[in-house]
Amino acid sequence: MEAGALAPRGDSGALGLRGTSRGRLADPAFRWLLTILAALILALIVFFFVFLINKATPAISKFGVFGFTFGNDWDVSRNVFGAWPLLAGTIITSTVALVIGVPIAIATALYVSELCPVRLRAPLTMLLELLAAVPSVVYGLWGVFFLIPKLRAPSQWFADTFSFLPFVGGPVAGPNYFIAGLILAIMILPIVSAISREVISTVPAEIKEGSLALGATRWEMIRMAVLPYSRAGIVGATMLGLGRAVGETIAVTLVIGNSPKIGKQLFDQGYTLAAVIANEFGEAANNKLHSAALIAAGLVLFVLTLLINGIARYIVMRGDRLRNISPTEAEIGMPTAAPLMGTGLTK
Amino acid sequence: MSTTPSSVALEPTGGRRRQTDRVMRVVLLVLTLVALVPLVLVIVKLLGSGLKALSWKFFTTDPTGSFLGDPGGIKSAILGTLEIIAVASAFSIPIGIGVALYLVEYGKAGRFASVVRYFVDVLTGVPSIVFGLFVYAALVVSKVGGSGFAGWKGALAVALLMLPVVTRSAEVVLLLVPDDLREAALALGAPRWKVVWRVVLPTAKPGLITGSLLAIARGAGETAPLLFTAAIVQGTTYNLNARMNSLPAQIFADVGQAQDRLVTRAWGAALTLVTMILILNIVARLYSRRSRLS
Repeated sequence: MEAGALAPRGDSGALGLRGTSRGRLADPAFRWLLTILAALILALIVFFFVFLINKATPAISKFGVFGFTFGNDWDVSRNVFGAWPLLAGTIITSTVALVIGVPIAIATALYVSELCPVRLRAPLTMLLELLAAVPSVVYGLWGVFFLIPKLRAPSQWFADTFSFLPFVGGPVAGPNYFIAGLILAIMILPIVSAISREVISTVPAEIKEGSLALGATRWEMIRMAVLPYSRAGIVGATMLGLGRAVGETIAVTLVIGNSPKIGKQLFDQGYTLAAVIANEFGEAANNKLHSAALIAAGLVLFVLTLLINGIARYIVMRGDRLRNISPTEAEIGMPTAAPLMGTGLTK
Repeated sequence: MSTTPSSVALEPTGGRRRQTDRVMRVVLLVLTLVALVPLVLVIVKLLGSGLKALSWKFFTTDPTGSFLGDPGGIKSAILGTLEIIAVASAFSIPIGIGVALYLVEYGKAGRFASVVRYFVDVLTGVPSIVFGLFVYAALVVSKVGGSGFAGWKGALAVALLMLPVVTRSAEVVLLLVPDDLREAALALGAPRWKVVWRVVLPTAKPGLITGSLLAIARGAGETAPLLFTAAIVQGTTYNLNARMNSLPAQIFADVGQAQDRLVTRAWGAALTLVTMILILNIVARLYSRRSRLS
């Protein structure tokens, strides 16, 4: 039935079997068209990189690569641009996001693939993917009008009670690093969870059944068979989540307070690389050095995400070379193989 | 099978292992529920605050921009988002599928194809704001096309963002088309391009549509690149070379105003945007399911 459905409609003449000279030219032309499209992607990225470096040059030549990246002074009014307060904010919020988001994401992945009733698997997966469908700006809106007012009192209590911890204590600012990190944790959760699920699903059934047969409980099976086998993939998933957290802009811009000084503690206002670009590009239009500095900040962000994603992909691929996982597929939420399932086309 | 037959010989520590097992199962369940808490909270708040804003007038009037009195609706934002997404899709979907076809049909595991694949992965990881910054610096500052901010520039930034998503999802689907079909068509004497056009693409169509819709859903919610490129404006425009409003940009602008009426509009716009994205997601999944039946 499938074969019939797939055959081209119309008579065989429609397949163009007569081999005209035009037809013979069409084939290489088609091949070249596609090759050019592929080459276009390479050209685009190279152009992208060179162009951004070129535009950032005024700031980089004035402060130096090191001076710009690690200079602890971002002051538009004095025309001094050192991106360390922004970079620090990016690092702090991403760390908070990982600390909160990753354990929960891994727990959901383990629960969905190893523990939950089969009937619940699909709906739970769908709900987790819904988290990724909410746009960044909506999370920001929710953060401003729900999270900030609701979390103020509990944060203050936490800061007072645990003031002996490093980076905790003192007055809680409305918008702060912690809120930004919390929102980022929610935003990276679906990606980390999806890739972890994908990785965990490749653990061979023999290993799991073997450990159960030896008398392990479910949890012991997870701890001694599933987790060691999928560790590399989960680390890679975490890194990809980190890449996402570092580049996230609008939600963070709305809840971080936008203060270009490094906060002393977790509940202080701050700034991130992405947020500074979103906020200041408007006023920078008439200031060459300022706009160059913003583009340089974008470049730092770009290089940072390149590094993180490169490492992540390397880890996932190395851990899973034989298991054939593409992190990108889980990341884009593509229901792998699903579109063709049941059509008789999947082997 | 789930009953452990080991309780006699293999459990020297008595019930402790059982206990740990039970505790950890509960911990994993609780953490999974915790993960869903924000989803519930966002949806409840979105409905609670957003539904109030919705009315026929809300969808049919432009924002007025007046600080007192009627703030107007979100017509220009909805139409702007639709226009930007349409143009972005017109760029990114054909190119993305084309690149995927190259990778699957011609490039295969060759060196050039591996490099292209790697660079597509790199594009997936680039933050959306960097795309916006790039288009801003390349096209907006230099006023390419006569105007600074323009709808088509915003669409281009969104297209850059969608491109890797379309490419990778298309590649996954195209790889699933069995080689037997290609070989059968080639054996009948069909030229390569016709095999692709008449056999490979129709077979992969449902999956390609699913992937494209998911890419559109991703692109529709992006704010950062639009702020730099299409900017924010009140009126509706069909001129792609003029500033163009969009739902995410409108929400962002309204939040910054901290006025109750504008914040209400922001919630209404957010509800509209999330509904649009959800519909795209559902249609994408239904489409892939429908093909399963036919």
